[in-house]
Amino acid sequence: MVPIEISGVTLTYDTPSGKVPGVKDISVAIKPSEFVCIVGPSGCGKSTLLNMIAGFLTPAEGEIRIDGKKVDGHGLDRGMVFQDFAQLFPWRTALGNVCFGLEMKGVPKDEREKIAREQLRLVKLEKFCSSYPHHMSGGMQQRVAIARALAYNPSVLLMDEPFAALDALTRDDMQRLLADVWRETRKTVIYVTHNVSEAVYLADRVLVMSPHPGTVKIDLPVTLPRPRDPLSIEFIEHQKILLDHLGHAAGGGAQTQHA
Amino acid sequence: MSDAAAVVGRPDARVGRQTWRTAWRNTFPFLVVAALWEIVAWLGVFPRQLFPPIEDIAARFVSLTASGILEHHTVDTVLRLLAGFGLAAVFGVAIGVAMGRSRRAEDILLPLISIVAPIPGLAYAPLFLLWFGLGNLPSILLVGFVSAFPVIFNSWTGVKAVKEIWLRSAQAMGADDRRLFRQVILPGALPYILTGLRLGLAQAWRILIAVEMLAAVPWGLGWLIFGARKFLDTDAMMSGIVIIALLGLALEKFVFKKIEDYTVVRWGMVK
Repeated sequence: MVPIEISGVTLTYDTPSGKVPGVKDISVAIKPSEFVCIVGPSGCGKSTLLNMIAGFLTPAEGEIRIDGKKVDGHGLDRGMVFQDFAQLFPWRTALGNVCFGLEMKGVPKDEREKIAREQLRLVKLEKFCSSYPHHMSGGMQQRVAIARALAYNPSVLLMDEPFAALDALTRDDMQRLLADVWRETRKTVIYVTHNVSEAVYLADRVLVMSPHPGTVKIDLPVTLPRPRDPLSIEFIEHQKILLDHLGHAAGGGAQTQHA
Repeated sequence: MSDAAAVVGRPDARVGRQTWRTAWRNTFPFLVVAALWEIVAWLGVFPRQLFPPIEDIAARFVSLTASGILEHHTVDTVLRLLAGFGLAAVFGVAIGVAMGRSRRAEDILLPLISIVAPIPGLAYAPLFLLWFGLGNLPSILLVGFVSAFPVIFNSWTGVKAVKEIWLRSAQAMGADDRRLFRQVILPGALPYILTGLRLGLAQAWRILIAVEMLAAVPWGLGWLIFGARKFLDTDAMMSGIVIIALLGLALEKFVFKKIEDYTVVRWGMVK
């Protein structure tokens, strides 16, 4: 069974200066429990692709199927984590935020709080159940967001540069935590980033996209054993390969984005 | 043990002193104004009946309270205020939110409201008196009508200011329109809605006191103040004004402040 099947997906944006291609003819199949990172320069359509999988955008051509079901709008089979810390509801506690999806699903109060506590434990925030988001650091808020997206047990977790706005040290911690969470939950993860070392650290497979129009340029498996050591030769080799491809993807310009 | 007590004890004393200092800082300007008032009253710039010293006002305040007259005026005014402002709050929030949510409602209502809102509320008073007669009805309706505008504007702005990412997150988690509205849009717009209600209440006070002077209501603080002029009863006027000030302060401190502290401040949406 192929949980995510993206076939021939194309989307163009209508702007005042005419049609701008967003992504063109993308076909990808993603296996169960696979951790896929999408990297690429700004404007390559990686977020567009993620938003189509999430159901916020509808492809003009082609289709996306999740567990055989065609994507049409939002669904509880997908959980979404955004880059913006403000994605949490400030009027709800950490626990209340994590409960939201379960509430929409109609899960009774006691049960959803039990599940939410369990999810917060998974991201190591069990002590902060009754804290409001504005009393939490950016890293903690993103962890709550991850717990919230996992709480209603979607089969796919979609993440749009969730750690890009964090400082480097916190980001390293968060990547480690996410790797642990993924190992424990075995969700299929699609993770958009522009950080090459992050992609190599997390992914089973990295899709490099190139812009104008947005297409998948290469599909690179990462088979390094986990947990991965970012200072190992093999890790740096992988980074180098990706950076080379990105250099071409950005139109030959030297890509100097290091983590 | 003793260490802990010492650590706890010292800040306590400091907090106590701090409270006294704040109390003193808050009362000081009033003491200055009261002193000036007394000086002007005793210098005899105006006849004593027209500019009574504070002790006269206080005596009258006490006698009016003891006879129950001041309470009766106050209760009537407060009831009208609550009725009028209640209308404004309910309809204002409903209209404002509708304008924020629906493009069509916004297109129809915004031009209308933009023209009507800046007109001073008292300008409508004669019309309301002609349409609805004298007494409570025109007063309440006018208060509701006039104080609805700030509520409408702020609710509208508040709904527009609800963050896109909250809506997206909620939709991704399966929120339908009704729950999106109740669970996301209303709490998200609450800081603005509360500001609108606060401005609306101030507006309601102003228009109510004025319309009580015109609508021939038998009781009410506005009427007390206006009626007292016939008897040169400045003590009673001042008593009415003092009550208005105290009520305004109480509503701000014990209603709005409490609601805000419990909601938007606790949530970190307003500092």
